Amino acid sequence: MAAITRAEVEDFLYREAALLDEWKLEEWLGLLTDDAAYYVPPNDHPEGDHRTVLFILADDIVRIRERVKRLMSPDCHAEYPHSRTRRMISNVRIVSAEGETVTVAANFICNRFRRYERVREYVGAYRYVLKRVGNELRIKERRVIIDAHELGSLGAVSFIL
Amino acid sequence: MPRSYIVDDPEKRQFLLDREVHVSEAVLRDEMAHIFGKCWIYVGHSSELKKPNDFVTRKVAGRPVIFNRDMRGEIHCFLNTCRHRGAIVCTEREGSRRAFRCVYHGWAYRNDGALGGVPGEEAYRGEFDKSTLGLRKPARFESYRDFWFLNLDPDAPALTDYLGRATEYIDLVVDQSPSGQMEIIAGAQEYDIAANWKLMVENSVDDYHLPTTHATWLNYMANSGVKIERPTEGRVLPTKGLAIDLGNGHFTTDNVNFRGRPVAAWIPIYGEEAKPEMAEIRRELEARVGPDRARRIAETNRNLVIFPNLVINDGSSVTVRTFFPDGPTKMQVTAWALGPVEETPTARSRRLDAFLTFYGPGGFATPDDVEALELVQQGLANWQDDRWTEMSRGMGREGDQLNSDEHHLRIFWRKWNQLMEAV
Repeated sequence: MAAITRAEVEDFLYREAALLDEWKLEEWLGLLTDDAAYYVPPNDHPEGDHRTVLFILADDIVRIRERVKRLMSPDCHAEYPHSRTRRMISNVRIVSAEGETVTVAANFICNRFRRYERVREYVGAYRYVLKRVGNELRIKERRVIIDAHELGSLGAVSFIL
Repeated sequence: MPRSYIVDDPEKRQFLLDREVHVSEAVLRDEMAHIFGKCWIYVGHSSELKKPNDFVTRKVAGRPVIFNRDMRGEIHCFLNTCRHRGAIVCTEREGSRRAFRCVYHGWAYRNDGALGGVPGEEAYRGEFDKSTLGLRKPARFESYRDFWFLNLDPDAPALTDYLGRATEYIDLVVDQSPSGQMEIIAGAQEYDIAANWKLMVENSVDDYHLPTTHATWLNYMANSGVKIERPTEGRVLPTKGLAIDLGNGHFTTDNVNFRGRPVAAWIPIYGEEAKPEMAEIRRELEARVGPDRARRIAETNRNLVIFPNLVINDGSSVTVRTFFPDGPTKMQVTAWALGPVEETPTARSRRLDAFLTFYGPGGFATPDDVEALELVQQGLANWQDDRWTEMSRGMGREGDQLNSDEHHLRIFWRKWNQLMEAV
């Protein structure tokens, strides 16, 4: 099998971003491995470990699936009606590769709009562990590191960032 | 005749709140003087300062402060402002320093507050006494079981007198540690809410909102295997819970637990492998504090409000949460997780995971609280034409007061109104 290339990774991340911006979250779940994890570390300990540091969000695959159920429910008040998000991804790099697995770094800006509100701009870095399964890439780990010193006016991370 | 913001009528069993309290600049100015200027306000926890010279900086009641240990290990709180021209002297969020040096003209303060170096000191020819120019401290600074509070009023009662019966509920938290030492776990959750700060006080103890605001969290719990009973006659919640007046404006809920507790009530989310260790935690607790108190600690959850703005939620995990107004229609919230210092790595990891099931800006519940509070604030733009908030629920109920009533909210507002009437 050929090595995973940056172009392949970029295509994958853009596809993921489109699914998230379009709120196709069930389809998005299909991009994850069965042991996937999703982390948002706290602003004051961006390099922390979720087992010893209080994160903003640390989901295993079971909780990711529950999170999607929650997000698609009209009872998820923080996201009903859904925020509109638009994410820009750049500076995509393959940081390391081992067999069928790569660690990827990328920068992002995610603009979020809700009714009655000014835009909230989430800026930060994505860190992915991607794995080739068959012909497709799959997300084994997804880490979102927010640059802001504190969440502050960003408020919640109630959607999939 | 002082102005009252509440209508408190025991005859009609009616309690109304003037919505101006949530929108007015003038009310906020009075609150800064008569609430935040008179009450004991939470600063931080001893465990945030592990070693001599450790410090953290934060804003407390609008004041930038340094919370630190000096080189001898003694804990202080200083106003973070240079005695010369006023600049912040410690710009870092946390760290370890023997001295704080102002970047503007170089005045340097030892970490016990004393003014050390003043560049070009010989130019001061008149009255200039360095011994009177140490970093200023708030009028009072005291602690209870490692929780440190400041008071800007030199005539305030002692902290322990102020806390009164609330200490019993702080003890129920601290006694979860075999050595009586709890610690703030690294990682702060800081977020703003576009709502008046007092709405967070109400929200922190108002269990009436649980079934509606947190429907998706209840679903998540149920999906994970937690048994959620249908509320029995006359109730809105799965288990019985009380609202308890602790005096001095403090109050707590005291609920039969159904949601799992790291100390020490297992639920399926923790995983089968957690069972033996949780049983051991429970055994240790019982041996140390006796079966009755152990049951109280492990099988009830309690959301405690220390008037005016400290919340200790001992629920799915323990959170210490404080919040300050940033204008009348916005607040800044900081929340930390608290755990026993001797906790094993697996128990600590479980505690943090349990925290995130409910609390915080990425939790399954807090974002919906934030949404509810912001919707209240948005609706209150109508305050001049729809003046009164209805808060009579459960008023006149005989015997136990329920967590799903508004008894405890009224306790807050009566105390708040009493202090504001002194304006």
